[in-house]
Amino acid sequence: MKIFRKIIRTGLITEPLGQAEQKIEQLGSKLSEAVRRKFRGSLAIRMVDAGSCNGCELEIHAMNNPYYDLERFGAHFVASPRHADMLLVTGPVTRNMETALRMTYDATPDPKLVVAIGECAACGGEFGCSYASLGAVANVIPVNVVIHGCPPAPTDIIRGILAAVDANST
Amino acid sequence: MRYALSEHLAVLLTEAGILCKQLSGHPPALHIPIEQWITMAKLAKEAQLRLVALWATQDNDGFSVHAAFARQDHGYALVQTSLDANATGFPSLTSHYVATARMERIIHDMFGLVPTDHPDLRPWLKHEHWPQTTFALRKEFSAVTELARTEGRYPFIEAEGDGVYEIPVGPVHAGIIEPGHFRFLAVGEQILNLEERLGYVHKGIEKGMEGRDVFSGARLAGRVSGDATVAHSWAFCQAAEQAAGLEVPQRALMIRAVLCERERLANHIGDIGAICNDASWVFMHMQCQRLREELARMHRRLFGHRLLMDCVAPGGINNDTNIDDVQLLRIQTRAIADEMLELFDTYENHTPIRERVIDSGNIKAADAASLGLLGYAGRSAEHDADARRDAAYAPYDQYPPQIMVCRGGDVAARLWIRFQEIQESARLIETLLRNLPDGPVQTQWQTPLETSCGFAVIESWRGEIALWLRFSKNNLIDRCYIRDPSMINWLGLELAAREVPVPDFPLNNKSFNCSYSGHDL
Repeated sequence: MKIFRKIIRTGLITEPLGQAEQKIEQLGSKLSEAVRRKFRGSLAIRMVDAGSCNGCELEIHAMNNPYYDLERFGAHFVASPRHADMLLVTGPVTRNMETALRMTYDATPDPKLVVAIGECAACGGEFGCSYASLGAVANVIPVNVVIHGCPPAPTDIIRGILAAVDANST
Repeated sequence: MRYALSEHLAVLLTEAGILCKQLSGHPPALHIPIEQWITMAKLAKEAQLRLVALWATQDNDGFSVHAAFARQDHGYALVQTSLDANATGFPSLTSHYVATARMERIIHDMFGLVPTDHPDLRPWLKHEHWPQTTFALRKEFSAVTELARTEGRYPFIEAEGDGVYEIPVGPVHAGIIEPGHFRFLAVGEQILNLEERLGYVHKGIEKGMEGRDVFSGARLAGRVSGDATVAHSWAFCQAAEQAAGLEVPQRALMIRAVLCERERLANHIGDIGAICNDASWVFMHMQCQRLREELARMHRRLFGHRLLMDCVAPGGINNDTNIDDVQLLRIQTRAIADEMLELFDTYENHTPIRERVIDSGNIKAADAASLGLLGYAGRSAEHDADARRDAAYAPYDQYPPQIMVCRGGDVAARLWIRFQEIQESARLIETLLRNLPDGPVQTQWQTPLETSCGFAVIESWRGEIALWLRFSKNNLIDRCYIRDPSMINWLGLELAAREVPVPDFPLNNKSFNCSYSGHDL
């Protein structure tokens, strides 16, 4: 009973389309529309950490919290690259993750969109290129969209996903 | 920072006939001959000192191996020994302190110094495709060396017998998490052994520190583990300030503590939800994610960053707070703590989740003490270690936390501790904010002398971070060693996993929530 009471008292906090944070509203409706048009309403995303500090992962997690609720726009995370339309890749690519990242990319079916998330994935960030780090994701696999920020906020990541879906011509 | 243990240990070693020299300068450190390195560890173990960290440095005339110890009532002690430039190895301490096993493997990988009598000399961070003669932390090795790729194979532990099979998992995991490899040996559903294979996110942080100035170093330290960015930057800054002999204003110290406790709140709340989610209790997950998001939004609004990155800076903090901000922080902290109290009650009375977490992944008190498990992983198994009290660094010397310890050592105990720590952190935040003095939040940085060192411990939400650094000329860092609590707590997960069926592993993994990045550096 307590659980029900808490659920009712918490109410619906998901920022509805049409009010609250303008960004989510506009982004969300655009994303749903693009996903509906190009992926028949369901975009499967696989997240790959290729060497991040886990800051970006926290913000990717946040996209699934009840405020943003990414799934309502038709995008959801899957457990295998073989089920995925899109890879979200974070971190500078470490030497020790290079092979795993390539294998993940190879296992992803077309259109295998790649979104590089965060400053490290964009350019190597604070870690740069070294004996242990290959820097930007684009140094290892082809990248469709880059999202800057350390880490980028959930809304920025949603915008990047949208940009990749929009630009996809298949 | 308390160093009473240093004198205590000096007496202990001298009485045992060890030639023990107190090194001049700060922090206090003892120097002993290499021949007595093992005897020292034996005595330390008998005196029930906890091993904090073990690391190596390259000096002008050879190498040094350093160890840090702690004891609840005496604070910390540093011991070091010298190896000449032609030395090939040093005695391994694993027979006395199990937790040194991986630290010594890392010294072996990075410096090429062999820990003699080490039971397991397989490479650790240096994966099989690295050329064998790469010793990345030697001074002659350039950080931007492009390594050739070689072939190799990592020999995992094997088992034979009817029905024994292996489950390889990772490095790319099924969720939104960091990469690492787990090799399970299982019979039916029961895990016989879990072997961790880490190092996938090794991005050369320690090497990258070398030659940076203190401000650039602080930014890198804030990215050792993104979820503990406040604690890691604080550890770095505290060690650097110690080396430079810098006094940080009280207001800055207290705001650092507020940020660190807020970071504890955010991670404890997020993890409680995630643990429940791994047992399919989505209600708690959604409630906790909501509260965590509210914390992040407040941080963005008041400090300009959702995770509080780069707020702690050498000499103080980067963002001051005004009186309205203080009020907002206090009100939100109280509101969230009250909600967590209510959710705790719901959790305690929700049988389906209790059945999953009680008696899952037990850690015995003796094992927790012998490994020196840190943070909630240790304190939920009667191992009472908390750097805020043991090191008594400011401002916790004036505003001591009440340390929660409990028995059990299972997922339920780890959860219980974190529910309690949320309340205690909220109380601390309120006290600190109520007593926040006026004044500056930054001291002008001053260049430390060449070879000056600093050692800091900070209790992050995950447990004690230890960091040692040394400056070279012109404000540049010569060597920076970082020991995230995960370096030790990953060992705890291997033990806990032996007690559980395969489907309960994620639950246990999340209840430890060790950092891959903090471990791999």
